[in-house]
Amino acid sequence: MNFDYSEEQQLLADSIRRFIAKDYDFEARKKIVASKEGYSAEVWATFAEIGLLGIPFAAELGGFGGGAVDLMSAMEAIGEGLVVEPFLPTVGLGAQFVARGGSEAQKKAILPAVIEGKLEMAFAHTEDGARYDLAHVAAAAKKAGKVWVIDGEKRVVLGAPLADKLVVSARTSGKPADAKGISLFLVDRAAAGVSLRPYLTLDETRAADVVLKGVEVGADALIGKEGEALALIEEVVDFATALTCAESIGVMKQANDATLEYLKTRKQFGVPIGTFQVLQHRMVDMVIAAEQARSMAFLACAKVDAETNPAERKRLVSAAKVKIADACRHVSQEAIQLHGGMGMTEELKVSHAFRRLTVIAQQFGDAEHHLERFAALDRS
Amino acid sequence: MDLNYSSEELAFRDEVRGWLNANLPDDLRRKVAEYEHLTRDDLLRWHRLLAKKGWIAPSWPKEWGGTDWNLVQRYIFEEECGYAGTPPLIPFGLSMCAPVLLKFGTEAQKKRFLPRIYNGDDFWCQGYSEPGSGSDLASLKTKAVRQGDHYVVNGQKIWTTLAHYADWIFCLVRTDSGAAKRQEGISFLLFDMKTPGITVRPLILMDGGHEVNEVFFDDVKVPLENLVFEEGKGWTVAKYLLGHERMNTGRIGASKRELTKLKEFATEQTKGGRPLIEDVRFRDKLSRVEIELTALEITNLRFLDQMRRTGQAPGADVSMLKIKGTEIQQALSELMMQAVGPLAQPFRPSDGGDGFDSFVAALAPRYCNMRKTTIYAGSNEIQRNIISKMTLGL
Repeated sequence: MNFDYSEEQQLLADSIRRFIAKDYDFEARKKIVASKEGYSAEVWATFAEIGLLGIPFAAELGGFGGGAVDLMSAMEAIGEGLVVEPFLPTVGLGAQFVARGGSEAQKKAILPAVIEGKLEMAFAHTEDGARYDLAHVAAAAKKAGKVWVIDGEKRVVLGAPLADKLVVSARTSGKPADAKGISLFLVDRAAAGVSLRPYLTLDETRAADVVLKGVEVGADALIGKEGEALALIEEVVDFATALTCAESIGVMKQANDATLEYLKTRKQFGVPIGTFQVLQHRMVDMVIAAEQARSMAFLACAKVDAETNPAERKRLVSAAKVKIADACRHVSQEAIQLHGGMGMTEELKVSHAFRRLTVIAQQFGDAEHHLERFAALDRS
Repeated sequence: MDLNYSSEELAFRDEVRGWLNANLPDDLRRKVAEYEHLTRDDLLRWHRLLAKKGWIAPSWPKEWGGTDWNLVQRYIFEEECGYAGTPPLIPFGLSMCAPVLLKFGTEAQKKRFLPRIYNGDDFWCQGYSEPGSGSDLASLKTKAVRQGDHYVVNGQKIWTTLAHYADWIFCLVRTDSGAAKRQEGISFLLFDMKTPGITVRPLILMDGGHEVNEVFFDDVKVPLENLVFEEGKGWTVAKYLLGHERMNTGRIGASKRELTKLKEFATEQTKGGRPLIEDVRFRDKLSRVEIELTALEITNLRFLDQMRRTGQAPGADVSMLKIKGTEIQQALSELMMQAVGPLAQPFRPSDGGDGFDSFVAALAPRYCNMRKTTIYAGSNEIQRNIISKMTLGL
């Protein structure tokens, strides 16, 4: 039993925090969000330079050979800074499919470039009507001689406007909700037949709906075995969920710190509002929610790294996400309420934390979805 | 980072678990599992079994019978007792009076009281709360006046748990009503419950149970040698006791046992011909409690790990464990009651009791009884005040 970050983990988080304090404060972030691309190439280059982009990849490809636990402290720091660059879509999702299910040739072609910050990725999966059901894939890939031809529409593809490569799920057999018959393909975002409807998400990152019309890819674009992708999709999405849980701890810390500071400085009736017991107790409950969430982020990260039984991994990641979704809603809503009218404005960072926490609460499954999965996987 | 116990810690846990399984008497195990009333003899029988094994007072110094276990071992032991469903160890002697004597008592006091506490010869109770002073302890009024070689005590205590079983009581009394700060006139005294002038009156709780009492003092003579620490320094003693290391405040082990029982029980109950546990609305409530408990267990281990590494006392963290732990205990008792639906209404047989299901009838009273957990030992609102002041600086 040991809940300390290792020296490497702590150093990485420290360097991200230093970078955020110096070059990624609230004003700098605002400029990035308002820019055409909604992203800073310098920031991305810095992430590559400090080694952040290589943490969860094999050492022989230039990575660090780590897992979610090694990224936890970094995710916390990313959360504190409300970083909008597509770390999760690239490192937490897209490249994970290649690292975990790709051929040696695919790994060599893609992962070193990701680690060096030269290649960005996105996971094109969610479709209309799927909600959080990972098996719901209607997009189809059909063999035509030596190539696959993909047709379908994907929704809310995080990081798609910035991505060089997409990992696209498509059905090679069966019906839309079948567990079998889903395959994964590497597709160039710039390939013929790929079109994007890009937008800003509620939490100010870039995403797009992606339409694929007669997109042709070679046999070497298939990741893993044909029709057998669901288990890999579940594994990678659990990994990304664990990272998001860790990130939420940083966002909640930011919201709680800002709220506590506000309670101590904002005066009404001649006294700081933090002297009112009704507000003190609400603040305490926010802090307790964040502590319980932190415990569950530890659990999620440890399990996606080390749990070999997929059912048990899914059960405990779901347990974590239930608690974290609840905590995200509780902390974000109370943070705004305790800030009063000022909390409603765009001018304070806390309202941006609210937006990020609102998104995290629903990303990769809301509390109800994960409660259902948790209950269904109970061993007793 | 590692969420798991070390192999040594797991071996220790297995040793404790094995011993408890082999030595917890079946009748006591059944009584605890079925929420039955535990008599004085039940409590002392278990106390003496642990004393004989040498495990009754793990945190005491070795010379007085402590086990020399580290923090994690002590935590594991307490949680395993909860998980096995042993009778509770009554804390008033073992983990309240004894630590005070060890810290503030004279050698004579230690020699006189500690071995008897260890062996279960004396049953202790705690005289803190008074009718007008609950959460605001320093407002207590029970008065002790020095006369020759003794104090004469007059006043009243309330919520005195198991005073009707007790041989001894430790009390906070006011020895100086003129002190500048009201905390300064308080002293810590030990009384023999057989002393003339002490009257114990039961306060029956809404579940029908007799746990707590009012205790009246009418010219009770307490020898001066029963003063602990200095006269007027009782508040220092009381504060030490409040801050004394308590890492099992969350009662994780006992709640895990209750959760397992609830799952089994809700599988036996039916709704529309199907096991109740498959009912989505019931199941969601149960799953949420299970997730809360998982989170609390990891939080508890985090605090333990932090204490182990920094050597810091648990401080305000314990308040968090108390708040969440008691909320979970209450939620579990409520779900057990809800699991039997309308059958939760029978309370007590009025004629003979043939065919009366006393286990099912114990569920609603237990729900009633568990409401106490968020009130006692510093209400959950007081715990929030502590976190607000000590951790957040508000």
